Amino acid sequence: MNEPFDFIEMKVPAKSDYVGVARLTASGLANRMGFSYEEIEDLKVAISEAITNTVKHAYTEEGAGEVTIGFGLYEDRMEVMIADYGGSFNLKSIKESIGPYNEDIPISNMKEGGFGLFLIDALMDKVEITNNNGVIVLMTKYLFENEVGRSDDQVSTTQ
Amino acid sequence: MNLHIDDHNEGQSSILKLSGEIDAYTAPRLKEHLLNLIEDNQEVQVDMQQVNYMDSTGLGVFISALKTSKEANKTFKLVNLQENVYRLFNITGLNEVIDIENTVRGGM
Repeated sequence: MNEPFDFIEMKVPAKSDYVGVARLTASGLANRMGFSYEEIEDLKVAISEAITNTVKHAYTEEGAGEVTIGFGLYEDRMEVMIADYGGSFNLKSIKESIGPYNEDIPISNMKEGGFGLFLIDALMDKVEITNNNGVIVLMTKYLFENEVGRSDDQVSTTQ
Repeated sequence: MNLHIDDHNEGQSSILKLSGEIDAYTAPRLKEHLLNLIEDNQEVQVDMQQVNYMDSTGLGVFISALKTSKEANKTFKLVNLQENVYRLFNITGLNEVIDIENTVRGGM
């Protein structure tokens, strides 16, 4: 289990002002790893959603805290960790509001903020949330490289 | 990482041209602007051609605009969405309830 990887960590104030900065960083790292344009867009949305959740709940606390964002860059995947050690993230209410639009719900009852975690789940390959001494969202996106043409040709050139 | 909001009025209808990114930072200002516009006009169209990033905070703003316009019996419409932005409406099923027109391909 000694898989090599690079780890990048950033810490920003839990304010909406910095969501874009984290998103730009994610985009740069994902581009560096060779993710496609669509996959980079997915990562940007998922990471923004996770930070936005933290920021939204931090606002109710006295003096906004910090959000820690960690990027694990592996050979075949990017793991992103978003940690809110302030513990202000209300996991229960967030989980209850997850889901796509349901036609049975009248528009007047639609929640305006209920799509964040649903989108994270839809756009990432794996999502884990722990609520232990603050909330940590760990999400993974795999790098599916274009493997066509890699096999036979490469073997023959090394002969 | 900012959002430019520009509106053009023609009688009772208004076109809101957006350019930039809709996220937790820019959404509150957009919401305020859009809801005021709906209040003052019978028809509001949001031109999304220059919006290259949006997340669920943007979906929230448009749900809110939809509710406000329905209650007042007004028309609210989104036009010229970039593919990555339209995708979020599609994934969440909101394309079924919000009037969306002229999806354009590509963009940055």
